[in-house]
Amino acid sequence: MKFRTVMRHFREGLKNIGRNGWMTVASVGAVTTTLILVGAFLALMLNLNQMADNIEQDVEITTLIDLTLNEEEITNLGNEIEELNGVETVSFSSKDDELAKLIESMGDEGRSWELFEQDNPLNHVYVVKTTDPEDTIDVADQISEMDGVQEVNYGKGVVERLFTFNKYARNIGLALIIGLVFTAIFLISNTIKITIMARSREIGIMKLVGATNGFIRWPFFIEGLMLGILGSIIPIGVILTGYYYLANNVSDRISYSFVEVLPFNPFAWQLSLIILGIGAFIGIWGSVMSVRKFLKV
Amino acid sequence: MILMNDVYKTYPNGVTALNGVNVDIKQGEFVYVVGPSGAGKSTFIKLIYREVKPSKGSILINEMNMSELKEKKVPLLRRDIGVIFQDFKLLPKLTVYENIAFALEVIEESPKKIRNRVMEVLDLVGLKNKARFIPDELSGGEQQRVSIARAIVNNPKIVIADEPTGNLDPDTSWGIMKTFEEINARGTTILMATHSKEIVNTIKKRVIAIEDGLIVRDEHRGEYGYEV
Repeated sequence: MKFRTVMRHFREGLKNIGRNGWMTVASVGAVTTTLILVGAFLALMLNLNQMADNIEQDVEITTLIDLTLNEEEITNLGNEIEELNGVETVSFSSKDDELAKLIESMGDEGRSWELFEQDNPLNHVYVVKTTDPEDTIDVADQISEMDGVQEVNYGKGVVERLFTFNKYARNIGLALIIGLVFTAIFLISNTIKITIMARSREIGIMKLVGATNGFIRWPFFIEGLMLGILGSIIPIGVILTGYYYLANNVSDRISYSFVEVLPFNPFAWQLSLIILGIGAFIGIWGSVMSVRKFLKV
Repeated sequence: MILMNDVYKTYPNGVTALNGVNVDIKQGEFVYVVGPSGAGKSTFIKLIYREVKPSKGSILINEMNMSELKEKKVPLLRRDIGVIFQDFKLLPKLTVYENIAFALEVIEESPKKIRNRVMEVLDLVGLKNKARFIPDELSGGEQQRVSIARAIVNNPKIVIADEPTGNLDPDTSWGIMKTFEEINARGTTILMATHSKEIVNTIKKRVIAIEDGLIVRDEHRGEYGYEV
């Protein structure tokens, strides 16, 4: 294909956007509506996913070290834990640190515990984090069987349920996103198909005048791409503005450590890029697939 | 140039349009195709530019065998055949200029050549001042002339016209016929289906008469032969 023909296809594709007036408006409208839905849902799901991740990251194993162990034995135990599969970090927290944390966490009531500073009844502790939070239970079981370990705490029962819940939530979210994207593809390509059906006669004429399928298809490709891009503008605007507001307000008002929305930069931009990509893809796909039907003249 | 050997055409709905047609049209001939409505003239013409395929028999156009012609090669065949359709088949959203230029764009001509050539044929059909109009803004006769301009713009080897003067006033009709004679004189084969007794009997050329899907008459410098 000659360069000037490529340019011709570009020109024609862009001109068609104007020539088809209301049909263009209908297609762009369909893209816009569905992409706003997809975008909002994606933002929600990705944030919930992030929160689930945050919760899982907070899961740690508190290993209470037997009071009878001497310093060397404690160090050895630490090394032993570190060597376990799936362990990311092992940090030592002395019983004095533990008491200080306890006092701090209890606020005014914690003052009564200050009496114990002379004769601290708490244990030294190893705080263990696993690389994959799902390994927590496994690792905790192994640690609990080691000599010199008095007790292992990781929120048994709660953690298992949390992981199961997160797993289901993620799968359902993923299924919903896939479903929504497919619905979007279906809706948009149908709208585009209707607008192209109205032009099936034109496609037939082009063929009778000697145009190859490729020659006819390219301007439609460009037109579909443009419809997708035009249709993404408003959704991207809505998402950038909406997310900017959300990111600046929600995080400040809700102070649970895990409720932390993904930062506006880069998340909102990445999401915009995804929306633009989906829009362009659906536009091209809908348009090229619809033309294909009418090329057999 | 156009060679048909025992050609049959039956449509999927069971209607038989051609019933064993044999014809040989040489390069540079001017041929009228006459006959009553529904006799098979349009099918005869459509077979040439491959809008329909024969049910049986062989067709050779420009040395291309229609039964062996691959779908991909059909555009190449059509670029050598300028067709003037009864219903014009103009692209409704393109201007007169763009409609005609389209036939040159598909063969990737240079913009300069396209511009010159389109203006040339517009002049020939007398529509130079309507280049920027869209088909809906033109009269039937003017649309017909755009269709003619598009058919001849890339100097095809064959020009096929299905009732090209059917919608035109007598003056324009004779003008169009003059154009056909001019391009025929340059060596282009012309095949024209018509109901115009006056034209056929005045500008004498070869006449092929089709009735009930068969060629019933094939005369050089023939007459229209039907009562109007």
